[in-house]
Parts: sequence; structure tokens; C-alpha cells
Amino acid sequence: MFVYVFLIIILIMVLYPLVYVISASISDPKLVHSGEMWLWPMGFNVEGYKLILEYEQIWVGYRNTILYTILGVSINLFVTLPAAFALAQNKLVGRNLFMMMLVFTMFFSGGLIPTYLLVKNLGLINTVWAMVLPNAAAVWNIILCTTFFRVTIPKELTEAAVIDGCSTTKMFLRIVLPLSMPIIAVMSLFYGVGHWNEYFSALIYLSDESKYTLQLVLRQILVLQELGNDNVQSTITSTTAEAMQHRQTLAEIMKYSVIIVSTLPMIIAYPFLQRFFVKGVMIGSLKG
Amino acid sequence: MEHLTDKRTIRKRRRRDIWQQRELYVFLLPAFLYFLIFHYFPLYGLLIAFKDFVPSLGVWGSEWVGFQWFTDFFNSYYFWDLIKNTIQISLYSLFVGFPMPIILALAINEIKDNWFKRSFQTITYAPHFISLVVMVGMIIAFLSPQSGMVNHFLGLFGIEPIAFMSEPGWFKTIFVLSGVWQNMGWGAIIYLAALAGVDPQLHEAAKVDGASRIQRIWHINIPTLMPTIIILFILDMGGLLSVGFQKILLMQNQLNMETSDVISTFVYRAGILDANYSYATAVGFFDAVINAAILVGVNYLAKKRSGTSLW
Repeated sequence: MFVYVFLIIILIMVLYPLVYVISASISDPKLVHSGEMWLWPMGFNVEGYKLILEYEQIWVGYRNTILYTILGVSINLFVTLPAAFALAQNKLVGRNLFMMMLVFTMFFSGGLIPTYLLVKNLGLINTVWAMVLPNAAAVWNIILCTTFFRVTIPKELTEAAVIDGCSTTKMFLRIVLPLSMPIIAVMSLFYGVGHWNEYFSALIYLSDESKYTLQLVLRQILVLQELGNDNVQSTITSTTAEAMQHRQTLAEIMKYSVIIVSTLPMIIAYPFLQRFFVKGVMIGSLKG
Repeated sequence: MEHLTDKRTIRKRRRRDIWQQRELYVFLLPAFLYFLIFHYFPLYGLLIAFKDFVPSLGVWGSEWVGFQWFTDFFNSYYFWDLIKNTIQISLYSLFVGFPMPIILALAINEIKDNWFKRSFQTITYAPHFISLVVMVGMIIAFLSPQSGMVNHFLGLFGIEPIAFMSEPGWFKTIFVLSGVWQNMGWGAIIYLAALAGVDPQLHEAAKVDGASRIQRIWHINIPTLMPTIIILFILDMGGLLSVGFQKILLMQNQLNMETSDVISTFVYRAGILDANYSYATAVGFFDAVINAAILVGVNYLAKKRSGTSLW
């Protein structure tokens, strides 16, 4: 059937590069370099992974990224969920005004330089806060949560709680949040992936290498093709042509394994979390 | 007189409502402060596009220069190159990247086998979660003239290795196609959701009337998708001039600059790297205004032609 053929071709096109990267990361670099390795690993070799273990900058980046992601997501949830809950209340005076204020920022912003200058003037450059505060919330996600609260939290429930003398805060914490685990999961994932993959904020706001994120370190290795001047270089003391050649090959093998290592948390979590992501997009499409 | 008291009671009730909702306003406070500081305050910072900004004097204290930065930009020799590249890249990705998720969703929708459907989707969403840096790293590694798999493959047909990343002619194609690869599966989700809402009875009825599969897709599925397509199209058009900025920045190098430099990467270089704050802000402002104008224009057209629009 034509549709199956079409989809299978697409499938192969999507899958092939992914499998290739995995295979290349555990193959003999010479075979990868010469093009003898096509799909399945050839000449088993984990030299690349060994090198990464010794490459300190990657682990510094890893640690920082985990830290920024956890802190970032906590802030995101703290800003997003209460605001969305308030906006889900139709009776809230000034709701439309606030909503307009949010949506306006989706279409028009001060842009790169004024935002950069603001962060600079606030003294956030080279601090963790530059990585989490300018991205403390996303309008789209607030709208998503608002829709979720509207659709899933029955009005009768919140009204009954109020009649029973429950304060709004108490109701939000005790009744609404426990019922909202699916959207909390979706939000944590959306924001979490965002923080994990974020590189531009780090690029412009961080210059201190000890604060670098994983993506910045990856950029040096994968895009700028520079290996830092610590371990890897110190293993090669001479500057002969042979050493240069060796260094080149090291860089080559490291590339594929570094892709795997940096994406590992995602690879492991992805099959379990996929349906949450999809759910998030679906809620979004409920009310476009 | 009666009219006045009416107004007064309304105002009174309103005040009481606001007081009753005070906790909800506390809920809004973090978000309100965040948007005020990080989204509205930079709008005030836009003023420096019309000033000769000196950091020690501050935004307000710096001297006004009117539209000087804008005319400087319009008269610069790189102005038309930047415009051309920006528009070409966005239109190219729009025309190649936009229809792909729709075609994919229509195709997936025809599959009855649930297992195949689910595994297909799981796999095609996956690239969406690869970070841009890793994505560009993969592009560079795959396209390397010495060791890249693409050149090994071309070699099988006797084609000499091509230095894709350093040839300006290849930049846009690489940018667009890798984008399609990464995002088509993800983009299809929203259309699939819309297709799930098609009434099966419509299809039954069409079948009885002797409509072929293609006819049913054309006359039932596509019209169902139309509102979604239009909304997403308007949103995409609104970002026309700023599309893919971060990825372009990563893919850019000295050799492909001729075709890869766009307005937003220029703003980054002029503003962040060279610290020409006022000039870069003016260029960025120009970009934002055009974007907003396109958005409003497309939205207007869509509303007039199809009745579907953002507002």
C-alpha cells in the first residue's frame, strides 16, 4: 500500500541518523572515518566514552545544567501554576486585561539588546540567575495550564470548598494541585527540556567557565571543534605531527559519544514521558 | 440621580469583588512582576534605538539622535544582503517545512494498524528533543568532507566530496532540510488531534456515495484541518524575519556568511559582540516592526478570505 511505503521511507530517514550516531560512538573510529561503518557498530571501541570520563569540563557543564534545570523548573512552576489558576477564574476582575498583557509579549518584545542590557544592569551576568529568571515563565504554557484548570477542575468543587470556609490558597494547595498532576508533569517536562537544551542565554550571559552549561561545552566540542586545554591535551605532550594527528582522531571519536552522553537523560526518559509531551500539545490544540 | 447611584453601587460591588479575590491577585503577582520586568521593561529600553546610548548616562540620560541609526542601517552596504537572506531562509523553510507535518498527519491518519501508528509516531517525535547544539553538531559531523556519512554515500556514485558547511550555496538547503527532519513528526501531532475530531459518519456517507480514498481526504480531512492550518500559518508568518535564529547562529562560519547572515545574527554581532547597543537595538526594532506588520497583515487577509484568524 502506498501510504505504508511512504511512511516507511520517512521512518528510515528519521531513524538512520539516530542509529548511525549510536553505532559510530561505539565503533572503531578508523572504520567510521573511512566510511566502512554504515549502520551497525563495527570494531567495538569505547575510547570516546573513556575520554569523556576524563574530560572535566563536560562534567562541570553536566552538573551546572542539572542544577539550572532543577532551579529553573521550580521557578517556572511557582510562577506558572498560581497565575494560570487565577486566570482560570472567570469572575476575576481584570482577567482580560492581564491576559492581553501576556499575549502582547508573544508578538512584540524589546528584543535581544534591551533584554541583555536589563540583565546586565540587574547584575545577573555570570550568575545562575541569568539562566533562570529571564525565562521564568512562558505565555504559551500559562495558557495551557489555564485551559487545563478550566476543563478538569469542576467549578462545583472549588465553590463548595469556598462555602466550607476554605481559603483560596489552601484550596489551591490541597485540592487543585493534587488533581493537576498530569499538567504539572507536562509543564515540568516542557520547561525542563527547555532548560536542558538552552544554549543562547548561556552564550550571552555566562563567561565564567566554571558556570558553563552542558550545551556551551558541547558547542565548543561539536561546533567550534575545540577541545579544552585540560586533560585531553595534557595526555599529548609532544607537538609532533603524529601527536596532532592523534589529537584529530580523538576529537573525531569524542563527537559521537559526547552526543550520546549529553542526550542520555532524554534517551532514557523519552519512551516513558512521550505520552505526557503529546498530551501537552493536545491540550494546547484544544483551544488554539 | 438614579443613574449616579447605579454607577456607585457597581463600583462598590466591584471593589468588594476585588477585595474578595485578593488571594488570587497574590497568585498573579509573580507572573505579573516577571512580565513587567523582563518583557515590558525592555520595551522602555527600545528608546535607545533613537538615542546615542552611553551606559554611564543610562537610557534616559543619553542624547537623542532621531532616526540616525535606522538610516545608517538602510544605507549600509550589507542591508539588502541581510534582507535577502532573511526572507529567503524564512520563505524556504515555510514552503518546505510547513506542508510536511500536514502530509504526514494525513498519511498517519490512513493507517489502521495501531501498533505501527504508535511506533511510527514515537520515532518521528524523537528528533524534536535533540538540542540545537547537538543537532548542528550532527549536521557538521555528517557533512564533513573527510569523514561524513553523506560524502561517503555520494562517493558510492563517484561524486567528489563536497564541503557542505563552507559552501555558501548549500547553507539554506541544509538549514531547511535538517529543520524538516527534526520537527515534522512533532508538528504533525496537532493536525492529528484535529483529524481525530472528524466525524466517522462523514466518511461512511462518502464511501456509500462512491468517493475514493483520495477524494475523501481532499473533501473531508483537509477542510477539517483548514482552521488549524490557517492559525499555524499566521503564527509562522509572524515570526518570518526571526525564524531559526539560534540554529543559524550555530551553523554560521566565516565561509558561509555570504548566505547565512540574517538580521538577527547581525543584531547579535553588532550588539553583544561589538557592544554597539543603540545601533543593534535599532536594527532589532526594525525587524520586530516588520514582523508585527506581517502578522497583522496576514491575519487580516486570513480573516477576510476564510473567516479564521487569531483575533
